[in-house]
Amino acid sequence: MTSILVQGDNELMRLQLTMDNYLHLFNSHYVRVFLRSFILAGICTFGCLVLAYPFSYCIARLPEQYKGIGLLFVIIPFWTSSLIRSYAIVAILKTHGIMNTFLMWAGIICAPVQLMYTNTATLIGLIYTLLPLMILPLYVSIEKLDVQFIDAARDLGAKKYQVFFNIILPLTLPGVLAGCLLVFLPAMTLFYIPDLLGSAKTILVGNIIQNQFLAARDWPMGATISVALTLLMGIILFVYWRCYPSRQELL
Amino acid sequence: MNQIGKLIYLIVIYLFLYAPILVLIVYSFNNSSYSLLWKGFTFQWYENLLKNTDLQIVALHSLVVGIFSATGATMIGTIAAVSLYRYRFFGKKLLHGLIFVLIVSPDIVTGISLLILFSAVKIPLGFWTLLLSHITFCIPFVTITVYSRLVGHDRNLFEAAKDLGATDGIIFSRILVPLLWPAIVAGWLLSFTLSMDDVMISFFVTGPEFDVLPLKIFSMVRAGVKPEVNALCSVMFVITLTMVIIYQFLVWKKQK
Repeated sequence: MTSILVQGDNELMRLQLTMDNYLHLFNSHYVRVFLRSFILAGICTFGCLVLAYPFSYCIARLPEQYKGIGLLFVIIPFWTSSLIRSYAIVAILKTHGIMNTFLMWAGIICAPVQLMYTNTATLIGLIYTLLPLMILPLYVSIEKLDVQFIDAARDLGAKKYQVFFNIILPLTLPGVLAGCLLVFLPAMTLFYIPDLLGSAKTILVGNIIQNQFLAARDWPMGATISVALTLLMGIILFVYWRCYPSRQELL
Repeated sequence: MNQIGKLIYLIVIYLFLYAPILVLIVYSFNNSSYSLLWKGFTFQWYENLLKNTDLQIVALHSLVVGIFSATGATMIGTIAAVSLYRYRFFGKKLLHGLIFVLIVSPDIVTGISLLILFSAVKIPLGFWTLLLSHITFCIPFVTITVYSRLVGHDRNLFEAAKDLGATDGIIFSRILVPLLWPAIVAGWLLSFTLSMDDVMISFFVTGPEFDVLPLKIFSMVRAGVKPEVNALCSVMFVITLTMVIIYQFLVWKKQK
């Protein structure tokens, strides 16, 4: 894919090789965007993991006949368009929307809080959209986990947290890793969520690529950013594989 | 006590997932074009929808592409996962790595690359390019889902089957497919979801005469969301819900 693109970023425009675009990349503007996306995507991935792990665990431990239904209801909302769902979030988060009305009714706050067009709103939108991508792989690997391992560990006197960190987590690591990958990457590039929910400040890498292609019409620059992004992802993957020696077991 | 805590947690997450959809459905009955405030009950948007053949065609396009690409991707992806797990062949490691490159490369990059590929081979943009692209970007997700289920299964199972005289075809259909069934279904559902949801790749690879729902909605959102779209999505939600329930019912019946 990347190689096609490197070719293409000259082909589509002018047949002239240049490294200028790559030098532009180290412009502080682009570096800042990359860093910001990185942090935002990281928080989003972590949030998804924290929310999804207990959830998948609960579903996988449900009685057999409810498992399918549980999993099903995770997927159904995501068969409808994520754009429209992002729009629905607007209704919940806006100044006189459902969230503020509820919080004021409950007496937690006394004046409406500005939620829309903030980083928080973008984050909520991202987590909301990407949560099932975390739940599905987690569920697949947790469901496979043999309960007897846990029982055995308990019998041998392991405490709850020991069981979790020494047995459950390592055995479901493939799922965790798959989930994190599936969430982290789109989180950096989903341009329409910050578009709808975030401020002009919360520009992700995805927004900037889209801008280069649609607004600025600077295809080579857009392609360059894309290549850089892909390389960055490759590095993350490589580091991941290096950190876990038993890479055969991971994915 | 612990059970109740678990149940509450499940309900909270489901509420988080469903609240926006419920809001969407409620607003599709709202008697006001642009306001987010409640102005009374109406069926007006659904009536508009019945008259709007344009939107219906677009929705149908999305559904067709979603079903075909999910099926294609699931077949290819499952076979890929199984071959990666069972067989040794030249370039296996490379192929394994390439699957990750595909997942790792952002949608927007995939979209541009496919566009360049199609224009290089001179395939006119439209239904086929869209379908091919959707199959392409769904395959790695299926492969990963199926593969992570395969890892950890006892390899002796296949050896035993082979000793008893089973051919590779029989091993695949009698052992692997039933073993992997949950993952295959999950992979199909994931592909369908991705295909129905995708804005970026479709944006680059589809022609002007073949519009899909997310693209249509995207252009509508930019111009201000119309309540018709809310109504359309509510209808689609109900249709998918029915479809999924029927499907699930069939699977259960088979198991019994």
